[in-house]
Amino acid sequence: MSIFSPASAFRPSRLVRSALLASALALGALAAGPAAAQEIRAVMHSGIRVLDPVITTAHITRNHGYMIYDTLLGMDENLKPQPQMASWTVSDDKLTYTFTLRDGLKWTDGKPVTSADCVASLKRWGERDGGAQLLFKYVKGLEPKDDKTFVMTLSQPFSYAIELMAKPSGLPTFIMPERVAKTPSSESITDYTGSGPFKFVESEFEPGVRAVYEKNEDYVPRKEPASWTAGGKVVKVDKVTWVVMPDAQTAVNAINSGEIDYLEQTPTDLLPLLEANPELTVMTLTDLGYQTMGRLNWLYPPFDKVEIRRAAMAALGQEPILAALVGNPDYQSKCGSMYGCNTPYATEAGDELIMKGPQPEVAKKMLDEAGYDGTPVVLMQPTDVGSVAPQPVVAAQLLRQAGFTVDLQPMDWQTLVTRRASQSPVAQGGWNMFFTNWIIPEVWSPINNPMLNGGGKEAAWFGWPDDPELDEMRVKFAAAETEEERKTIAADIQKHAYDVVNYIPVGEYKIPTTVSKKLSGIVKMPVPVFWNVEKSE
Amino acid sequence: MLGAAPTDFIAARQFFMLAYIARRILASVPVLVVVALFVFLLLRLTPGDPAAILAGDMATPEQLERIRESLGLNEPLASQFLTWIGQLLSGDFGRSLISHTPVLTLIGQRLEPTLSLAIVTMLITLLLSIPMGVVAAWRHGSLTDNAVMAMSVLGFSIPVFVTGYILIQIFAIDLRLFPVQGFKSIGSGVGPFLSRIVLPAFTLATIYIALIARMTRAAMLEVLDEDYVRTARAKGLSERVVLFRHALRNAAVPILTVVGTGFALMISGVVVTESVFNIPGLGRLTVDAILARDYPVIQALILLTSGIYVVINLLIDISYAFMDPRIRY
Repeated sequence: MSIFSPASAFRPSRLVRSALLASALALGALAAGPAAAQEIRAVMHSGIRVLDPVITTAHITRNHGYMIYDTLLGMDENLKPQPQMASWTVSDDKLTYTFTLRDGLKWTDGKPVTSADCVASLKRWGERDGGAQLLFKYVKGLEPKDDKTFVMTLSQPFSYAIELMAKPSGLPTFIMPERVAKTPSSESITDYTGSGPFKFVESEFEPGVRAVYEKNEDYVPRKEPASWTAGGKVVKVDKVTWVVMPDAQTAVNAINSGEIDYLEQTPTDLLPLLEANPELTVMTLTDLGYQTMGRLNWLYPPFDKVEIRRAAMAALGQEPILAALVGNPDYQSKCGSMYGCNTPYATEAGDELIMKGPQPEVAKKMLDEAGYDGTPVVLMQPTDVGSVAPQPVVAAQLLRQAGFTVDLQPMDWQTLVTRRASQSPVAQGGWNMFFTNWIIPEVWSPINNPMLNGGGKEAAWFGWPDDPELDEMRVKFAAAETEEERKTIAADIQKHAYDVVNYIPVGEYKIPTTVSKKLSGIVKMPVPVFWNVEKSE
Repeated sequence: MLGAAPTDFIAARQFFMLAYIARRILASVPVLVVVALFVFLLLRLTPGDPAAILAGDMATPEQLERIRESLGLNEPLASQFLTWIGQLLSGDFGRSLISHTPVLTLIGQRLEPTLSLAIVTMLITLLLSIPMGVVAAWRHGSLTDNAVMAMSVLGFSIPVFVTGYILIQIFAIDLRLFPVQGFKSIGSGVGPFLSRIVLPAFTLATIYIALIARMTRAAMLEVLDEDYVRTARAKGLSERVVLFRHALRNAAVPILTVVGTGFALMISGVVVTESVFNIPGLGRLTVDAILARDYPVIQALILLTSGIYVVINLLIDISYAFMDPRIRY
């Protein structure tokens, strides 16, 4: 037989086949196995690109902030502010707050943390955070008294100040060195010196690929046990690496095969792939999940009329939207409280219309009475973000059933965030409605909740409600002296916000986190943190 | 004098070749300028605002305006363009608007994974597709030919993410021979490098194997009936020599074109393969930059891609002369 007969010319010999098999086995053996014992490899909900946790409210940047910075105050699992870097006292007239730094606070460059650093950081925070901007309207003075003490004086009582400084999300009070904190709040910082439990390894940072954090050996944790962002932030591993994996299936494969230890957000449709793995635990890090909501543009027809905004609320309903968004009863729930359910100010005040929905017939009648002329509702749909793509599709159908003319416009999320900032008429690039989500700590009080701002075109959040009555009520809330008084005002605010349809909450959902059973001591809270976490061999 | 003629001929040929290369390099300059202008304008006309992306969900109109100002986005377009061109001429590609990292650093970080994937994929492709195409043409109409053609159709038809996930399921999850995802630099060792690049390279290669095997078969069919092939066989040369030295060399020009453009395509980004195997390459960088409206990064990447196409096309044209001495420049 010729060596070039079709049958034998290109058939690999036994030797070649053996070599191929051996190579494959060798490659498998050479492939790095499980991660090093003291390194946690985590896939977070997105890649980090912006490293300044004050210029942006992006959650991934906030998480980065918790790694490398400490916060002035902390909040425990009972939602009570606690000392973290500093303790505080308040004068009898409620106008003077004195903060005292604890011992042992040190920057990663070896210098001590001083009150001047805290003052500069708080001033920058005051320029960016919505609640802090309200607080700073009443701040008369914010000055260091000595290296470890600083004083904030107010022109009128603002009893919510401490809660605001202790809040875990939105913009927490991350403290930076004075030289860094003096960066204009419209520019990103470029010096990542912190005093937190981890150090940022800048040389290993690849935006969109990985971020690496090493244990800060000089960090002195508080003595109390860790509880949310309060208590001792004791680091029990050498290194945490955030690996970016944009593809959810790849991330699920990676944790299933032990290549990563922690998957912050697990898509509920992929849970069956993980729940059967005895080496993994699927958990929710908090009972407080996300609020998903629709926002209407008050500037232009048809939603410039409150009656038509109410008709839209009657047309929508939480159940159909949650079914499309989550589709798993274990991870979704109806909730009419604008402050989130299971929170201190949770209330049902004014939520009847949205909780009964969808009511197309009621909505139709309301539209007739309001004289709706068929002006199309331009509803923006971001197609590239799974957590906000389904809501507009369902909402469009529900609105149509109620008699609205709807122009559902698909676009990418970045186009949406740009377009929603446009105050132009709809025909010139404006909009009428969009949906987004918040973690509950970002909306859990009238001060934290960004939508409950009636500042109109100049100061309000996108949609720009011009509602001075709402702003007056918020100021009263901030100054209220007792918790009961606050709860009463919060309920009044919510009732008012529903009456004018400030925004439309369409339910709550939770996103499961998957972790390797090698990890223990995970602090359960709405923000993923890596102190207190141990990794076994 | 008799001996001088061939030397003069070779020298003249080299001179014309060098002149041709110089002409092509000069001609690429206006191409790149047009690309730069086009990309700059197109990006500015695309809806999207890096300031809104940078600031996050809670920013007020006033805060957005301040960030736009600090990023220089409020400057007139002409002024922004001239500033960018000025920076380019001094070798400065600027910084990412979002991460503030120098653009060249970002591209440098992503170049090795992309080049590694492209090179390994092309090696696998060439090793498999050329023999497949040659054999299919040689055994034209046989079961082997039909099998190669069927595999080729299959290779074209199955999306890479399906191939990728199937390979991951079998070789990484079930057999545990390879890691599921990731990239290791060759500097960290050949084993870790190969263990992570083999599956994505095979995945990506399925398309190129299909394409190049078909192309090779078609080109070989054209030359196998030529007189010089018959002459070679009549001289008693072995089939291997006839096929690979005589026929394949003459069939190489169209194959080379496909190989070259395929390689350029791979370097300019293979987003799906990079995503499925979590390879931090240029494709993912491009998509991320576009989604974030990170203008300096997108502009640099498109310029780089254009430059790669210009260079690869030039190399292909030059290689024609070596593959086929009848081609002159």
